Amino acid sequence: MTDSPVLQIEDLRTQFLTHGGIAKAVDGVSYHVNRGETLGVVGESGCGKSVTALSVMRLVPDPPGRIVSGRVLLHGQDLLELDEAAMRRVRGNRIGMIFQEPMTSLNPVLTVGRQIEEVVALHQNLPARQAAERAVEMLRLVQIPEPQRRAREYPHQLSGGMRQRVMIAMALSCNPEVLIADEPTTALDVTIQAQILELIREIQQRTGTAIVLITHDLGVIAETADRVVVMYAGKKVEEAPVTALFDAPLHPYTRGLMVSMPRLDSPLGPERGELPEIPGMVPSLSALPEGCRFAPRCPLAVQQCREEPPLIEYAPGHVAACWRAGE
Amino acid sequence: MLRIVLRRLGATIPVMLVVAVVVFLMLHLSAGDPAAIIAGDNATEEDIALLRKSLGLDRPLAEQFVQWIWQLAQGDLGVSIFNRVPVATMIAQRMEPTIALTVLTMTLAVSLAVPLGVLAAWRVGTWVDHTIMALAVAAFSCPVFLIGYALVQQFARTWKVLPVQGYTPLSEGLVPFLLHLALPAISLGLIYTALLARMTRSTMLEVLGEDYIRTARAKGLGVRQVLLQHGLRNAAVPIVTTIGLGIALLIGGVVVAESVFAIPGIGRLTVEALQQRDYPVIQGVILVSSLAYVLVNLLIDLSYLLLDPRIRY
Repeated sequence: MTDSPVLQIEDLRTQFLTHGGIAKAVDGVSYHVNRGETLGVVGESGCGKSVTALSVMRLVPDPPGRIVSGRVLLHGQDLLELDEAAMRRVRGNRIGMIFQEPMTSLNPVLTVGRQIEEVVALHQNLPARQAAERAVEMLRLVQIPEPQRRAREYPHQLSGGMRQRVMIAMALSCNPEVLIADEPTTALDVTIQAQILELIREIQQRTGTAIVLITHDLGVIAETADRVVVMYAGKKVEEAPVTALFDAPLHPYTRGLMVSMPRLDSPLGPERGELPEIPGMVPSLSALPEGCRFAPRCPLAVQQCREEPPLIEYAPGHVAACWRAGE
Repeated sequence: MLRIVLRRLGATIPVMLVVAVVVFLMLHLSAGDPAAIIAGDNATEEDIALLRKSLGLDRPLAEQFVQWIWQLAQGDLGVSIFNRVPVATMIAQRMEPTIALTVLTMTLAVSLAVPLGVLAAWRVGTWVDHTIMALAVAAFSCPVFLIGYALVQQFARTWKVLPVQGYTPLSEGLVPFLLHLALPAISLGLIYTALLARMTRSTMLEVLGEDYIRTARAKGLGVRQVLLQHGLRNAAVPIVTTIGLGIALLIGGVVVAESVFAIPGIGRLTVEALQQRDYPVIQGVILVSSLAYVLVNLLIDLSYLLLDPRIRY
């Protein structure tokens, strides 16, 4: 790969102190994303994909959360070593973030225009008038009709899709190098979801922003991502270019996710048309099984799975952590 | 906006009417004959009969009530039994110290309690939070007179930096005015400050857990902007509501504070009137303070419109 990574996470560990002990929410995760590229991060709820993103922004609530070790490199500079003031200059400026809930992620008592102005004024040192113009311009960029009027409205006057557009406008208003989108479409209905993904893609083509797209929806990944990281119980279990992942998933967990995805074109599961599922439940992060964390639910598990499987590259750019992946 | 104000103002009329009924009946429900009460202990039977006739107390209750309301509507609160001065005049004369004390107390309490509450919420679980909350519990548990006398002992008698008691009107200069009100305002304001600080803390804690606070932080905003613009603005409605409800606390506290510090305000007037069983004055004071309470809370209701764009009446 010729591009050097814009954002590179190395062996990141983030833990939460809970009543049940230490929960290893992120346990030695590494991934990177290049300029103009979209990295999809998939996994079930609680697999650590959002906590990884929050760790990058250093927004993990502390206490109880704590980044224990690892590096988060933005163009080679370790964000975990910055002081808080320097980190604030990164947030919203060099890394933008979109959250899952457009209904609650905007401040209800400030106009949406004001909420965009704020971030522009902060990072680009623009006077109020220009910041306001920039806000309207951003609303136009995310294809909100009548941006002048909408800028003066409050979040409760906008629909869910519009609010998510506002969030995108806000996250992109300072032309960040990286956009982290944490389940950006999960709360939206399907047609709006497609529009929002299309919008993100269009803007990316124009600006070359690197995108980390966090989702539990493989459909969204298939449509949007260039490369995919699959996470399970705080670990990266597989990473591959998107076509390779869908054509030849290596990890049993990835395969499990894929067969449990409903399809229109193929008959569902065994005879009676039931949707297959991965048996069992995600283990508690404070009481993880030894060795491979997926082993207790894995149909292929053998004695060897009691030891932790290393990440091995099976094809260019295609790695998996499974003793039986090569078979 | 004007229509909303007028409509809300109209809605206070029934409330005040209920207050008026209660205040009116007060005289008639209290033990004994109203005329005898008004006439006082040394009156003869004839005096009482005469008084009953002259005050219209021999007429049906409903008629008396209508008559009384009619006078109220014209600003006539009756005449003091004790010194024959119109009650409205007496209240007007005693108004300034009480308003000064209340406003100063509120200003002091709000400007102390809100920052402390925000600080405690921001530093939740740390010694800062624990200290502020411990002080709040302590302040809330001390009666006004106790704090008042303790402050007088320390500041006025031991250190001799503040006057022991009394009141100087604002017209005689800002400094003596403030010096005289300092101790009463502090002793009256402590409970209120404690209440408000606790309320601010709990509301802020709730708000700081909201998604939009995380958004604000993800934008790179500093602590001050996150706490004030995004946090406090969203916590404003419950805090302002508590400020309004606390007015009742102040109205009660003013009576004590004015007695402890010998301030010639409404509170003292109330105590004097109660001691002399000067019913028209008592009735007048209750009516005026109820009206003040209702109006302040009306203002607070209206302020919601400015604080939260989602609220529409």
